[in-house]
Amino acid sequence: MDRAAIIGVGMTKIEANKVRETFADMAWEAVNKALADAGMNIGDIDNVITTSNDFWDGRTISCMAVGDASGVKYKNVSCVEGDGTFGAFYGLSRTLSGSYGTTLVTAHSKGSESVSSLITNASFDPIYDRAFGMDMVSSAAMQANAYLHRTKTTAEQMALVSVKNHGNALLNPYAQLPMKLTVDDVLQSEMIADPLHKLDCSPVSDGCCAIIIANEERATRYAGNPVWIKGVSFCSDSFFLGDRDLSRAPSLSEAAKKAYQMAGISNPAMEISLAEVYDAFTHQELMWIEALGLAGDGEAAKELEKGSYTIKGSLPVNPSGGLLSGHPVIAAGLIRIAEAVKQIRGNAGDYQVDGVRLALAQGVNGLCGQSHCVWILGKDK
Amino acid sequence: MSDIFQNVEPMVHESRISVPYHWWAGDTASRFFIDLRDSQKIMGTRCSKCSKTYVPPRKTCPTCFTPNDEWREVASQGTLISYTVVRRHQASLPKKPPIIYGLIQLEGADTAVLHIIDELKPEDVKIGMKVQAKFSSQRKGTMFDIEYFRPVH
Repeated sequence: MDRAAIIGVGMTKIEANKVRETFADMAWEAVNKALADAGMNIGDIDNVITTSNDFWDGRTISCMAVGDASGVKYKNVSCVEGDGTFGAFYGLSRTLSGSYGTTLVTAHSKGSESVSSLITNASFDPIYDRAFGMDMVSSAAMQANAYLHRTKTTAEQMALVSVKNHGNALLNPYAQLPMKLTVDDVLQSEMIADPLHKLDCSPVSDGCCAIIIANEERATRYAGNPVWIKGVSFCSDSFFLGDRDLSRAPSLSEAAKKAYQMAGISNPAMEISLAEVYDAFTHQELMWIEALGLAGDGEAAKELEKGSYTIKGSLPVNPSGGLLSGHPVIAAGLIRIAEAVKQIRGNAGDYQVDGVRLALAQGVNGLCGQSHCVWILGKDK
Repeated sequence: MSDIFQNVEPMVHESRISVPYHWWAGDTASRFFIDLRDSQKIMGTRCSKCSKTYVPPRKTCPTCFTPNDEWREVASQGTLISYTVVRRHQASLPKKPPIIYGLIQLEGADTAVLHIIDELKPEDVKIGMKVQAKFSSQRKGTMFDIEYFRPVH
Protein backbone atom coordinates (compact mmCIF):
# COMPACT_ATOMS: atom_id res chain seq x y z
CA MET A 1 0.00 0.00 0.00
CA ASP A 2 2.50 2.67 -1.00
CA ARG A 3 1.01 3.91 -4.25
CA ALA A 4 -1.56 6.63 -4.64
CA ALA A 5 -2.98 8.65 -7.49
CA ILE A 6 -4.82 11.89 -8.10
CA ILE A 7 -8.07 10.82 -9.71
CA GLY A 8 -9.96 14.08 -9.97
CA VAL A 9 -9.28 17.83 -10.06
CA GLY A 10 -11.54 20.86 -10.11
CA MET A 11 -11.04 24.58 -9.82
CA THR A 12 -12.87 27.86 -10.11
CA LYS A 13 -11.77 30.55 -12.50
CA ILE A 14 -9.26 32.78 -10.73
CA GLU A 15 -10.64 36.32 -10.47
CA ALA A 16 -9.78 39.64 -8.86
CA ASN A 17 -13.07 39.84 -7.03
CA LYS A 18 -15.69 37.10 -6.87
CA VAL A 19 -18.17 39.42 -5.25
CA ARG A 20 -21.06 37.07 -6.00
CA GLU A 21 -19.41 34.07 -4.36
CA THR A 22 -18.80 33.07 -0.74
CA PHE A 23 -16.03 30.68 0.32
CA ALA A 24 -18.65 27.92 0.31
CA ASP A 25 -19.83 28.83 -3.21
CA MET A 26 -16.26 28.53 -4.49
CA ALA A 27 -15.72 25.21 -2.68
CA TRP A 28 -19.03 23.86 -4.00
CA GLU A 29 -17.96 24.60 -7.56
CA ALA A 30 -14.43 23.17 -7.21
CA VAL A 31 -15.54 20.06 -5.29
CA ASN A 32 -18.33 19.21 -7.74
CA LYS A 33 -16.00 19.70 -10.69
CA ALA A 34 -13.44 17.37 -9.07
CA LEU A 35 -16.11 14.73 -8.35
CA ALA A 36 -17.39 14.93 -11.94
CA ASP A 37 -13.82 14.77 -13.25
CA ALA A 38 -13.21 11.60 -11.23
CA GLY A 39 -16.60 10.06 -12.06
CA MET A 40 -17.45 9.87 -8.36
CA ASN A 41 -20.17 11.10 -6.06
CA ILE A 42 -19.72 12.56 -2.58
CA GLY A 43 -20.48 9.18 -1.01
CA ASP A 44 -17.29 7.80 -2.58
CA ILE A 45 -15.18 10.24 -0.54
CA ASP A 46 -13.85 8.63 2.64
CA ASN A 47 -12.41 11.73 4.33
CA VAL A 48 -11.74 15.42 3.69
CA ILE A 49 -8.89 17.88 4.20
CA THR A 50 -9.69 21.57 3.80
CA THR A 51 -6.87 24.10 3.54
CA SER A 52 -7.39 27.69 4.63
CA ASN A 53 -6.03 30.47 6.80
CA ASP A 54 -7.99 32.18 9.55
CA PHE A 55 -6.43 35.61 8.94
CA TRP A 56 -7.18 35.54 5.23
CA ASP A 57 -10.73 34.32 5.88
CA GLY A 58 -11.46 36.84 8.65
CA ARG A 59 -12.72 34.21 11.07
CA THR A 60 -11.40 31.51 13.37
CA ILE A 61 -11.74 27.83 12.46
CA SER A 62 -11.98 28.99 8.84
CA CYS A 63 -12.27 25.42 7.55
CA MET A 64 -15.83 25.28 8.90
CA ALA A 65 -16.94 27.86 6.31
CA VAL A 66 -16.43 25.32 3.52
CA GLY A 67 -17.26 22.08 5.37
CA ASP A 68 -20.86 21.73 4.18
CA ALA A 69 -19.91 22.55 0.59
CA SER A 70 -17.15 19.92 0.76
CA GLY A 71 -19.49 17.19 1.94
CA VAL A 72 -17.84 16.63 5.30
CA LYS A 73 -20.92 15.72 7.33
CA TYR A 74 -20.34 12.52 9.35
CA LYS A 75 -16.86 12.22 7.86
CA ASN A 76 -13.42 12.65 9.33
CA VAL A 77 -12.40 16.17 8.31
CA SER A 78 -9.25 17.99 9.22
CA CYS A 79 -7.86 21.39 8.27
CA VAL A 80 -4.38 22.42 7.23
CA GLU A 81 -3.33 26.04 7.60
CA GLY A 82 -0.96 26.92 4.79
CA ASP A 83 -0.58 26.30 1.10
CA GLY A 84 -2.79 23.71 -0.59
CA THR A 85 0.20 21.48 -1.42
CA PHE A 86 0.68 20.98 2.33
CA GLY A 87 -3.00 20.08 2.68
CA ALA A 88 -2.55 17.61 -0.17
CA PHE A 89 0.51 16.14 1.58
CA TYR A 90 -1.63 15.46 4.66
CA GLY A 91 -4.37 14.05 2.44
CA LEU A 92 -1.87 11.71 0.81
CA SER A 93 -0.58 10.58 4.22
CA ARG A 94 -4.12 9.77 5.32
CA THR A 95 -4.75 7.85 2.11
CA LEU A 96 -1.54 5.85 2.51
CA SER A 97 -2.29 5.14 6.19
CA GLY A 98 -4.74 2.50 5.04
CA SER A 99 -7.61 4.06 6.98
CA TYR A 100 -9.09 5.86 3.97
CA GLY A 101 -9.27 4.79 0.34
CA THR A 102 -10.04 8.27 -0.99
CA THR A 103 -9.35 11.79 0.29
CA LEU A 104 -10.86 15.04 -0.96
CA VAL A 105 -8.51 18.03 -0.53
CA THR A 106 -9.72 21.61 -0.95
CA ALA A 107 -7.96 24.96 -0.69
CA HIS A 108 -9.53 28.40 -0.92
CA SER A 109 -9.09 32.11 -0.23
CA LYS A 110 -10.47 35.47 -1.28
CA GLY A 111 -7.73 38.07 -1.28
CA SER A 112 -10.32 40.63 -2.39
CA GLU A 113 -12.03 40.65 0.99
CA SER A 114 -9.11 41.87 3.10
CA VAL A 115 -6.04 44.11 2.94
CA SER A 116 -3.16 41.85 1.97
CA SER A 117 -0.36 44.01 3.39
CA LEU A 118 -1.99 43.88 6.85
CA ILE A 119 -2.54 40.12 6.63
CA THR A 120 0.99 39.32 5.53
CA ASN A 121 2.52 41.85 7.93
CA ALA A 122 0.94 39.72 10.69
CA SER A 123 3.18 36.81 9.68
CA PHE A 124 6.22 38.72 11.01
CA ASP A 125 7.37 38.05 14.57
CA PRO A 126 5.32 40.36 16.84
CA ILE A 127 8.15 40.94 19.32
CA TYR A 128 11.07 41.76 17.04
CA ASP A 129 9.87 42.52 13.50
CA ARG A 130 6.21 43.27 12.94
CA ALA A 131 6.14 46.96 13.92
CA PHE A 132 8.41 47.91 11.02
CA GLY A 133 5.43 47.39 8.72
CA MET A 134 6.95 45.02 6.19
CA ASP A 135 4.73 42.61 4.28
CA MET A 136 4.94 39.80 1.72
CA VAL A 137 5.85 42.20 -1.10
CA SER A 138 8.56 44.19 0.70
CA SER A 139 10.19 41.02 2.07
CA ALA A 140 10.15 39.45 -1.40
CA ALA A 141 11.72 42.64 -2.75
CA MET A 142 14.53 42.30 -0.22
CA GLN A 143 15.00 38.70 -1.36
CA ALA A 144 15.02 39.82 -5.01
CA ASN A 145 17.79 42.35 -4.35
CA ALA A 146 19.87 39.70 -2.56
CA TYR A 147 19.36 37.26 -5.47
CA LEU A 148 20.12 39.84 -8.19
CA HIS A 149 23.22 40.98 -6.32
CA ARG A 150 24.61 37.47 -5.92
CA THR A 151 23.75 36.02 -9.34
CA LYS A 152 23.99 39.19 -11.50
CA THR A 153 20.52 38.42 -12.85
CA THR A 154 18.99 41.65 -14.19
CA ALA A 155 15.65 43.45 -13.88
CA GLU A 156 15.15 42.87 -17.64
CA GLN A 157 15.55 39.12 -17.15
CA MET A 158 13.06 39.17 -14.28
CA ALA A 159 10.64 41.07 -16.50
CA LEU A 160 10.87 38.34 -19.10
CA VAL A 161 9.29 35.91 -16.60
CA SER A 162 6.28 38.22 -16.41
CA VAL A 163 6.10 38.49 -20.22
CA LYS A 164 6.20 34.68 -20.57
CA ASN A 165 3.69 33.83 -17.83
CA HIS A 166 1.11 36.51 -18.64
CA GLY A 167 1.47 35.43 -22.28
CA ASN A 168 0.82 31.79 -21.38
CA ALA A 169 -2.27 32.92 -19.48
CA LEU A 170 -3.77 34.11 -22.79
CA LEU A 171 -4.30 30.40 -23.49
CA ASN A 172 -5.80 29.57 -20.06
CA PRO A 173 -9.50 30.41 -19.59
CA TYR A 174 -9.12 30.08 -15.78
CA ALA A 175 -6.37 32.73 -15.50
CA GLN A 176 -7.10 36.15 -14.03
CA LEU A 177 -4.51 38.21 -15.92
CA PRO A 178 -3.91 37.11 -19.49
CA MET A 179 -1.75 39.84 -21.02
CA LYS A 180 0.42 40.40 -24.04
CA LEU A 181 3.36 42.31 -22.57
CA THR A 182 6.83 43.47 -23.47
CA VAL A 183 9.84 43.70 -21.15
CA ASP A 184 9.44 47.49 -21.31
CA ASP A 185 5.82 47.26 -20.15
CA VAL A 186 7.03 45.45 -17.03
CA LEU A 187 9.93 47.83 -16.38
CA GLN A 188 7.68 50.86 -16.87
CA SER A 189 4.97 49.60 -14.53
CA GLU A 190 4.81 51.23 -11.09
CA MET A 191 7.74 50.49 -8.77
CA ILE A 192 6.16 48.91 -5.70
CA ALA A 193 9.30 48.04 -3.71
CA ASP A 194 12.70 48.05 -5.43
CA PRO A 195 13.41 46.03 -7.54
CA LEU A 196 9.81 44.78 -7.89
CA HIS A 197 7.58 46.59 -10.36
CA LYS A 198 3.84 46.04 -10.28
CA LEU A 199 4.13 43.50 -13.12
CA ASP A 200 6.86 41.60 -11.22
CA CYS A 201 4.25 40.85 -8.54
CA SER A 202 1.36 38.40 -8.58
CA PRO A 203 -2.09 39.96 -8.18
CA VAL A 204 -4.59 39.77 -5.33
CA SER A 205 -7.00 36.97 -6.29
CA ASP A 206 -9.99 34.87 -5.33
CA GLY A 207 -10.27 31.18 -6.07
CA CYS A 208 -10.62 27.60 -4.92
CA CYS A 209 -9.20 24.27 -6.03
CA ALA A 210 -10.08 20.68 -5.11
CA ILE A 211 -8.33 17.39 -5.83
CA ILE A 212 -9.18 13.79 -5.02
CA ILE A 213 -6.44 11.38 -3.94
CA ALA A 214 -7.02 7.60 -3.98
CA ASN A 215 -4.99 4.58 -2.96
CA GLU A 216 -3.98 2.01 -5.57
CA GLU A 217 -7.03 -0.17 -5.05
CA ARG A 218 -9.53 2.67 -5.40
CA ALA A 219 -7.64 4.66 -8.07
CA THR A 220 -8.99 2.66 -11.00
CA ARG A 221 -12.47 1.96 -9.65
CA TYR A 222 -14.05 5.11 -11.08
CA ALA A 223 -14.37 6.59 -14.55
CA GLY A 224 -11.52 9.12 -14.11
CA ASN A 225 -8.01 8.89 -15.46
CA PRO A 226 -5.54 8.44 -12.56
CA VAL A 227 -2.28 10.39 -12.43
CA TRP A 228 0.24 8.71 -10.15
CA ILE A 229 2.07 10.38 -7.29
CA LYS A 230 5.70 9.43 -7.89
CA GLY A 231 7.46 11.51 -5.27
CA VAL A 232 6.60 14.18 -2.71
CA SER A 233 8.48 15.98 0.02
CA PHE A 234 8.37 19.15 2.02
CA CYS A 235 11.01 21.02 3.92
CA SER A 236 11.21 24.23 5.95
CA ASP A 237 13.91 26.83 6.51
CA SER A 238 14.42 29.16 9.51
CA PHE A 239 11.59 31.55 10.27
CA PHE A 240 13.59 34.77 10.76
CA LEU A 241 14.62 36.40 7.47
CA GLY A 242 17.95 37.42 9.00
CA ASP A 243 18.83 33.79 9.81
CA ARG A 244 18.66 32.82 6.12
CA ASP A 245 20.66 33.62 3.02
CA LEU A 246 17.66 35.08 1.20
CA SER A 247 19.39 34.76 -2.17
CA ARG A 248 19.16 30.96 -1.93
CA ALA A 249 16.46 28.39 -1.17
CA PRO A 250 18.17 25.41 0.49
CA SER A 251 14.89 24.07 1.91
CA LEU A 252 13.51 23.81 -1.64
CA SER A 253 16.65 21.98 -2.81
CA GLU A 254 16.28 19.56 0.07
CA ALA A 255 12.58 18.93 -0.63
CA ALA A 256 13.33 18.44 -4.34
CA LYS A 257 16.18 16.03 -3.66
CA LYS A 258 13.93 13.81 -1.56
CA ALA A 259 11.04 13.97 -4.04
CA TYR A 260 13.35 13.08 -6.96
CA GLN A 261 14.84 10.21 -4.99
CA MET A 262 11.37 8.82 -4.26
CA ALA A 263 10.43 9.16 -7.93
CA GLY A 264 13.67 7.55 -9.11
CA ILE A 265 14.76 10.70 -10.94
CA SER A 266 18.50 11.20 -11.29
CA ASN A 267 18.59 14.00 -13.87
CA PRO A 268 15.57 16.22 -13.18
CA ALA A 269 16.27 18.76 -15.96
CA MET A 270 16.21 15.95 -18.53
CA GLU A 271 13.51 13.71 -17.07
CA ILE A 272 10.85 16.23 -16.00
CA SER A 273 8.54 17.28 -18.83
CA LEU A 274 7.25 20.50 -17.25
CA ALA A 275 7.15 22.41 -13.98
CA GLU A 276 4.37 24.44 -12.37
CA VAL A 277 6.29 26.53 -9.82
CA TYR A 278 5.25 29.12 -7.24
CA ASP A 279 6.05 32.34 -9.12
CA ALA A 280 4.53 34.80 -6.64
CA PHE A 281 7.20 37.25 -7.90
CA THR A 282 9.23 37.11 -11.11
CA HIS A 283 12.61 36.56 -9.44
CA GLN A 284 11.14 33.65 -7.47
CA GLU A 285 10.42 31.64 -10.62
CA LEU A 286 14.13 31.88 -11.49
CA MET A 287 15.26 31.14 -7.92
CA TRP A 288 12.95 28.15 -7.59
CA ILE A 289 14.03 26.70 -10.97
CA GLU A 290 17.64 26.81 -9.77
CA ALA A 291 16.94 25.45 -6.28
CA LEU A 292 14.90 22.63 -7.86
CA GLY A 293 18.05 21.63 -9.76
CA LEU A 294 16.36 22.34 -13.13
CA ALA A 295 19.07 24.90 -13.96
CA GLY A 296 22.53 25.64 -12.59
CA ASP A 297 22.93 28.24 -9.84
CA GLY A 298 22.46 31.69 -11.42
CA GLU A 299 21.74 30.12 -14.83
CA ALA A 300 17.92 30.21 -14.99
CA ALA A 301 17.74 33.70 -16.53
CA LYS A 302 20.01 32.64 -19.41
CA GLU A 303 17.85 29.58 -20.09
CA LEU A 304 14.77 31.80 -19.96
CA GLU A 305 16.28 34.12 -22.58
CA LYS A 306 16.99 31.09 -24.79
CA GLY A 307 13.31 30.21 -24.65
CA SER A 308 13.77 26.95 -22.73
CA TYR A 309 10.83 27.67 -20.40
CA THR A 310 8.15 28.52 -22.97
CA ILE A 311 5.31 26.09 -23.74
CA LYS A 312 7.28 24.82 -26.75
CA GLY A 313 10.63 25.00 -24.93
CA SER A 314 12.79 22.15 -23.64
CA LEU A 315 11.38 22.53 -20.10
CA PRO A 316 8.12 24.49 -20.02
CA VAL A 317 7.66 26.36 -16.72
CA ASN A 318 4.20 27.58 -15.72
CA PRO A 319 2.46 26.89 -19.03
CA SER A 320 -0.79 27.80 -17.21
CA GLY A 321 0.44 31.34 -16.59
CA GLY A 322 1.44 30.67 -12.99
CA LEU A 323 0.74 32.81 -9.95
CA LEU A 324 1.69 35.97 -11.82
CA SER A 325 -1.53 35.44 -13.76
CA GLY A 326 -3.63 34.63 -10.67
CA HIS A 327 -2.67 34.10 -7.04
CA PRO A 328 -5.41 32.95 -4.71
CA VAL A 329 -3.30 32.43 -1.59
CA ILE A 330 -3.62 28.88 -0.13
CA ALA A 331 -5.27 27.57 -3.34
CA ALA A 332 -2.28 28.58 -5.50
CA GLY A 333 -0.14 25.51 -4.75
CA LEU A 334 -3.05 23.09 -5.15
CA ILE A 335 -3.74 24.72 -8.53
CA ARG A 336 -0.12 23.90 -9.49
CA ILE A 337 -0.88 20.22 -8.74
CA ALA A 338 -4.17 20.36 -10.68
CA GLU A 339 -2.38 21.97 -13.66
CA ALA A 340 0.28 19.25 -13.61
CA VAL A 341 -2.48 16.60 -13.56
CA LYS A 342 -4.22 18.21 -16.56
CA GLN A 343 -0.94 18.31 -18.49
CA ILE A 344 -0.17 14.64 -17.79
CA ARG A 345 -3.66 13.58 -18.89
CA GLY A 346 -3.34 15.67 -22.04
CA ASN A 347 -6.33 17.90 -21.30
CA ALA A 348 -4.66 21.25 -20.71
CA GLY A 349 -6.29 22.64 -23.84
CA ASP A 350 -4.45 25.41 -25.69
CA TYR A 351 -1.48 25.38 -23.29
CA GLN A 352 -0.95 21.62 -23.51
CA VAL A 353 2.74 20.65 -23.53
CA ASP A 354 3.68 17.85 -25.92
CA GLY A 355 4.60 14.39 -24.64
CA VAL A 356 4.27 14.92 -20.88
CA ARG A 357 5.28 11.92 -18.77
CA LEU A 358 6.54 13.48 -15.54
CA ALA A 359 5.46 16.87 -14.16
CA LEU A 360 6.61 18.84 -11.14
CA ALA A 361 4.34 21.00 -8.94
CA GLN A 362 5.59 23.25 -6.16
CA GLY A 363 3.86 24.96 -3.26
CA VAL A 364 5.25 27.56 -0.87
CA ASN A 365 4.33 28.70 2.60
CA GLY A 366 5.83 31.55 4.62
CA LEU A 367 7.71 34.74 3.81
CA CYS A 368 10.30 34.57 1.01
CA GLY A 369 9.64 30.85 0.55
CA GLN A 370 10.31 29.61 4.06
CA SER A 371 8.78 26.17 3.36
CA HIS A 372 8.43 24.31 0.11
CA CYS A 373 6.41 21.27 -0.94
CA VAL A 374 7.46 19.45 -4.11
CA TRP A 375 5.28 16.96 -6.00
CA ILE A 376 6.36 14.72 -8.86
CA LEU A 377 3.41 13.32 -10.80
CA GLY A 378 3.53 10.77 -13.60
CA LYS A 379 1.51 9.05 -16.26
CA ASP A 380 2.79 5.59 -15.37
CA LYS A 381 2.28 3.71 -12.14
CA MET B 1 -25.35 27.95 -9.50
CA SER B 2 -29.08 27.66 -9.80
CA ASP B 3 -30.99 30.29 -11.76
CA ILE B 4 -33.10 31.34 -8.78
CA PHE B 5 -30.11 33.28 -7.37
CA GLN B 6 -29.06 34.88 -10.62
CA ASN B 7 -30.52 38.34 -10.26
CA VAL B 8 -29.86 38.79 -6.56
CA GLU B 9 -27.92 41.94 -5.73
CA PRO B 10 -24.64 40.92 -4.05
CA MET B 11 -24.66 42.27 -0.48
CA VAL B 12 -21.30 42.93 1.18
CA HIS B 13 -20.86 43.04 4.94
CA GLU B 14 -18.19 45.47 6.10
CA SER B 15 -16.39 44.60 9.31
CA ARG B 16 -13.10 45.08 11.06
CA ILE B 17 -11.24 42.48 13.06
CA SER B 18 -9.72 44.37 15.96
CA VAL B 19 -8.87 42.10 18.85
CA PRO B 20 -6.60 43.53 21.56
CA TYR B 21 -3.67 41.25 22.22
CA HIS B 22 -0.46 41.47 24.23
CA TRP B 23 2.48 39.18 23.75
CA TRP B 24 4.74 38.18 26.63
CA ALA B 25 8.11 38.90 25.07
CA GLY B 26 9.82 36.01 26.84
CA ASP B 27 12.84 36.23 29.12
CA THR B 28 15.34 36.29 26.22
CA ALA B 29 13.75 39.23 24.36
CA SER B 30 13.06 40.99 27.68
CA ARG B 31 16.76 40.95 28.57
CA PHE B 32 17.59 42.19 25.03
CA PHE B 33 15.14 45.09 25.26
CA ILE B 34 16.23 46.05 28.82
CA ASP B 35 19.89 46.30 27.71
CA LEU B 36 18.84 48.27 24.65
CA ARG B 37 16.69 50.66 26.66
CA ASP B 38 18.94 51.18 29.69
CA SER B 39 22.47 50.86 28.26
CA GLN B 40 22.13 51.29 24.48
CA LYS B 41 23.80 47.91 24.18
CA ILE B 42 22.88 45.36 21.49
CA MET B 43 23.07 41.88 22.95
CA GLY B 44 23.00 38.51 21.22
CA THR B 45 22.89 34.94 22.42
CA ARG B 46 25.61 32.49 21.46
CA CYS B 47 25.43 28.75 20.86
CA SER B 48 28.46 27.03 22.34
CA LYS B 49 28.05 24.10 19.94
CA CYS B 50 28.15 25.93 16.57
CA SER B 51 29.61 29.21 17.94
CA LYS B 52 26.94 31.26 16.15
CA THR B 53 25.79 34.50 17.76
CA TYR B 54 22.12 35.27 17.19
CA VAL B 55 20.92 38.87 16.98
CA PRO B 56 18.10 39.43 17.76
CA PRO B 57 18.71 36.88 20.48
CA ARG B 58 17.08 33.46 20.53
CA LYS B 59 16.78 31.23 23.58
CA THR B 60 17.67 28.11 21.62
CA CYS B 61 19.90 27.54 18.61
CA PRO B 62 17.74 26.85 15.53
CA THR B 63 20.67 25.02 13.90
CA CYS B 64 21.81 22.77 16.77
CA PHE B 65 18.52 22.39 18.70
CA THR B 66 20.34 23.21 21.95
CA PRO B 67 19.91 26.06 24.46
CA ASN B 68 22.01 29.16 23.73
CA ASP B 69 23.99 29.46 26.94
CA GLU B 70 25.91 32.72 26.61
CA TRP B 71 25.08 36.41 26.21
CA ARG B 72 27.42 38.46 24.07
CA GLU B 73 27.42 42.15 23.19
CA VAL B 74 27.74 42.93 19.49
CA ALA B 75 28.72 46.17 17.76
CA SER B 76 26.14 48.83 16.93
CA GLN B 77 27.45 48.92 13.37
CA GLY B 78 27.51 46.33 10.65
CA THR B 79 26.99 45.48 6.99
CA LEU B 80 23.83 45.84 4.91
CA ILE B 81 23.06 42.31 3.65
CA SER B 82 20.02 43.30 1.58
CA TYR B 83 17.44 46.07 1.35
CA THR B 84 14.35 47.31 -0.40
CA VAL B 85 12.85 50.75 -0.91
CA VAL B 86 9.09 50.60 -0.48
CA ARG B 87 7.56 53.12 -2.88
CA ARG B 88 3.83 52.45 -2.86
CA HIS B 89 1.84 53.14 0.26
CA GLN B 90 0.58 50.05 2.08
CA ALA B 91 -1.71 49.88 5.07
CA SER B 92 0.98 48.16 7.16
CA LEU B 93 3.55 50.97 6.81
CA PRO B 94 4.40 53.00 9.94
CA LYS B 95 5.04 56.20 7.93
CA LYS B 96 4.78 57.61 4.43
CA PRO B 97 6.93 55.98 1.73
CA PRO B 98 9.58 55.87 0.50
CA ILE B 99 10.85 53.70 3.35
CA ILE B 100 14.15 51.84 3.13
CA TYR B 101 14.17 48.49 4.90
CA GLY B 102 17.41 46.62 5.48
CA LEU B 103 18.83 43.41 6.87
CA ILE B 104 21.90 44.37 8.88
CA GLN B 105 24.55 41.93 10.08
CA LEU B 106 26.13 43.62 13.07
CA GLU B 107 29.83 43.08 13.76
CA GLY B 108 30.08 40.08 16.07
CA ALA B 109 26.73 38.60 14.98
CA ASP B 110 26.14 35.69 12.61
CA THR B 111 22.55 36.61 11.74
CA ALA B 112 21.01 39.83 10.47
CA VAL B 113 18.50 42.18 12.12
CA LEU B 114 15.65 43.76 10.23
CA HIS B 115 15.33 47.54 10.54
CA ILE B 116 14.73 50.84 8.80
CA ILE B 117 17.62 52.61 7.04
CA ASP B 118 17.60 56.41 6.94
CA GLU B 119 19.74 59.53 6.44
CA LEU B 120 20.47 58.64 2.80
CA LYS B 121 18.71 58.89 -0.52
CA PRO B 122 17.02 55.70 -1.75
CA GLU B 123 19.29 55.67 -4.83
CA ASP B 124 22.43 55.65 -2.65
CA VAL B 125 21.63 52.49 -0.69
CA LYS B 126 23.88 49.55 -1.67
CA ILE B 127 24.28 45.96 -0.52
CA GLY B 128 27.55 45.70 1.42
CA MET B 129 27.53 49.27 2.78
CA LYS B 130 28.39 49.91 6.44
CA VAL B 131 25.58 51.18 8.61
CA GLN B 132 25.30 52.19 12.24
CA ALA B 133 22.48 52.24 14.79
CA LYS B 134 21.04 55.60 15.76
CA PHE B 135 19.62 55.11 19.22
CA SER B 136 16.40 56.87 20.11
CA SER B 137 16.47 59.50 22.85
CA GLN B 138 13.14 58.16 24.16
CA ARG B 139 13.73 54.45 24.69
CA LYS B 140 10.86 52.23 25.79
CA GLY B 141 12.16 48.71 25.36
CA THR B 142 11.15 48.01 21.74
CA MET B 143 12.98 47.62 18.43
CA PHE B 144 12.41 51.36 17.92
CA ASP B 145 14.88 52.07 20.75
CA ILE B 146 17.10 51.98 17.69
CA GLU B 147 15.40 54.73 15.71
CA TYR B 148 16.98 53.51 12.47
CA PHE B 149 20.34 52.59 10.95
CA ARG B 150 22.32 55.21 9.02
CA PRO B 151 25.42 55.08 6.82
CA VAL B 152 28.79 55.10 8.57
CA HIS B 153 30.64 58.21 7.39
